[in-house]
Amino acid sequence: MKGLSAIYRKELADHFSSYRFIILFAMIAMVSFITSYMAGMNMRESLEGIAKPKFVFLMLFNIPGALFSMVQFVSFFGPLIGLVLGFDSINRERANGTLVKLVSQPIYRDAVINGKFFAGVTTITILLVSIVLVISGFGLTILGVVPGIEEIWRLVVYLIISIFYISFWLGISILFSICFKGIATSAMASVALWIFLSFFVSMGASVLANTLAPVDKKGGTGPEIIVKNARIKEGVSLFSPMVLYSSATSTIVNPMQKTTSSLILMGPMERISASRFQNPLSLGQSIVVVYPHMVALVAITLICFAISYLIFLIQEIRT
Amino acid sequence: MVPETIIETQELTKNYDRLTAVDHLSFSIEEGEIFGFLGPNGAGKTTTLLMLLGLTQPSGGSARVCGMDPVRKAREVKRLVGYLPENVGFYGDLNAVESLNYIADLNDMDRDLAKEKIPEVLEVVGLSGDTHKKVGDYSRGMKQRLGIAEVLLKDPKVMFLDEPTLGLDPDGAFRVIELIKSLNQDRKITVLLSSHLLYQVQKISNRVGIMIKGKMVAEDSIEALAREKFGVGEEKYTLEEIYMKYFQEV
Repeated sequence: MKGLSAIYRKELADHFSSYRFIILFAMIAMVSFITSYMAGMNMRESLEGIAKPKFVFLMLFNIPGALFSMVQFVSFFGPLIGLVLGFDSINRERANGTLVKLVSQPIYRDAVINGKFFAGVTTITILLVSIVLVISGFGLTILGVVPGIEEIWRLVVYLIISIFYISFWLGISILFSICFKGIATSAMASVALWIFLSFFVSMGASVLANTLAPVDKKGGTGPEIIVKNARIKEGVSLFSPMVLYSSATSTIVNPMQKTTSSLILMGPMERISASRFQNPLSLGQSIVVVYPHMVALVAITLICFAISYLIFLIQEIRT
Repeated sequence: MVPETIIETQELTKNYDRLTAVDHLSFSIEEGEIFGFLGPNGAGKTTTLLMLLGLTQPSGGSARVCGMDPVRKAREVKRLVGYLPENVGFYGDLNAVESLNYIADLNDMDRDLAKEKIPEVLEVVGLSGDTHKKVGDYSRGMKQRLGIAEVLLKDPKVMFLDEPTLGLDPDGAFRVIELIKSLNQDRKITVLLSSHLLYQVQKISNRVGIMIKGKMVAEDSIEALAREKFGVGEEKYTLEEIYMKYFQEV
């Protein structure tokens, strides 16, 4: 365990003193600041004179400011944090000739990869928590509304899901830094996978759905085909961690959102409850709605880390 | 006192897909000696060292280092053996003291003990004056000596030095060789030295082993090898001449 903590401390110090972390942090802090400021300003205008909605504070995170809301922003660009923190973690040491020195010390070999992963997760946690806290403080002054206890719990759950989501991408980039010897190669591979899973999968989902169950725009398609089309589209797009994450977090952060599936795929009971009851969901019920998404996110994060772990343990290290 | 065998291999073998890097290698090293480990590039020297350290699994045969099997007791072996890899790397943004501190942490060394020992090993390798320079600004010779300092920090019983003089200027190489010799004499550290500078090896080693294509073709003192190759009374031959003779025969 001593080796693990030594590597953990070294990696953490490296992250916090590196330029790339400072640039990344500055960029994300700035964007989320602007986004929530715009959201706050919009809300102040539109809510003037009407009775206060129940969850004003959370609206700071889920109402689009200029182009996107804070939650959407993290789902798009959060992965970059993970990728930037991890893409050269192992192969840079290999290129510098420090990896063999590291593993020839009396430590377990997994301490190297665990230390790096946990240092990355810690960095991500500190980054996200501080941004959410800054935005909250900012929101307090703009809106003058104090968050309720339920809103705070929702933000905590949101943070936990976000940490897992970004750690998944950290795991991917560490995996690539183990598999590829070149630093540029691993960076390109992880960015390519990010773009593919985040943007192309949803495109591919509609192409696949329209091929397998073509829907005639002018009408005349049977309802079962339309449902099949929607089902395929939804099923395929769930392969994207971004879709998993954004479905999960938008439901957590917005208590008024009661389902993650589209209107067509709702069951009859779901449809009745959606139209009859206008009240927000309780936190427990929101979690129930997105439980599968959350479990899937945690699972892919752990699987990804486990694969890196196995490959690293059996890999031969010569330099 | 009869010197004890500290490293021993029996039929040690390492196969990669089709290539046999180390081929049924058997040799032994006694405590307190400097063993010159010679051979052309790609002969399997580094692979042998990695197997002795437990960093690579042998395909066959067995090894014992300080009485332990490096496959099963890799961590214990690594605690006693200091390894200076060929082209050893450093974290360029740390200075010498920080680098050594990191090594001390990895070795689970007490903070106070490390504080005491770090200036001491820096003194031994002659880097006391450059402790606050970043390692990235060090010359190659200084880096190599810092590498030896990192190995010394854990008070090893055995040192594996893989090409410690590679790419050094004559003066730098001389200083490293002198340092190795003094460590062997003053601290009684057994040294396994792999090098291509045969003249230097001849100066300091007690015995040499010549490894070609994964096999140890010779293992003895330099005089004995000269006698074997060139006849009795011909001990004047240098290691270089002996080495070339072996090399041509294979």
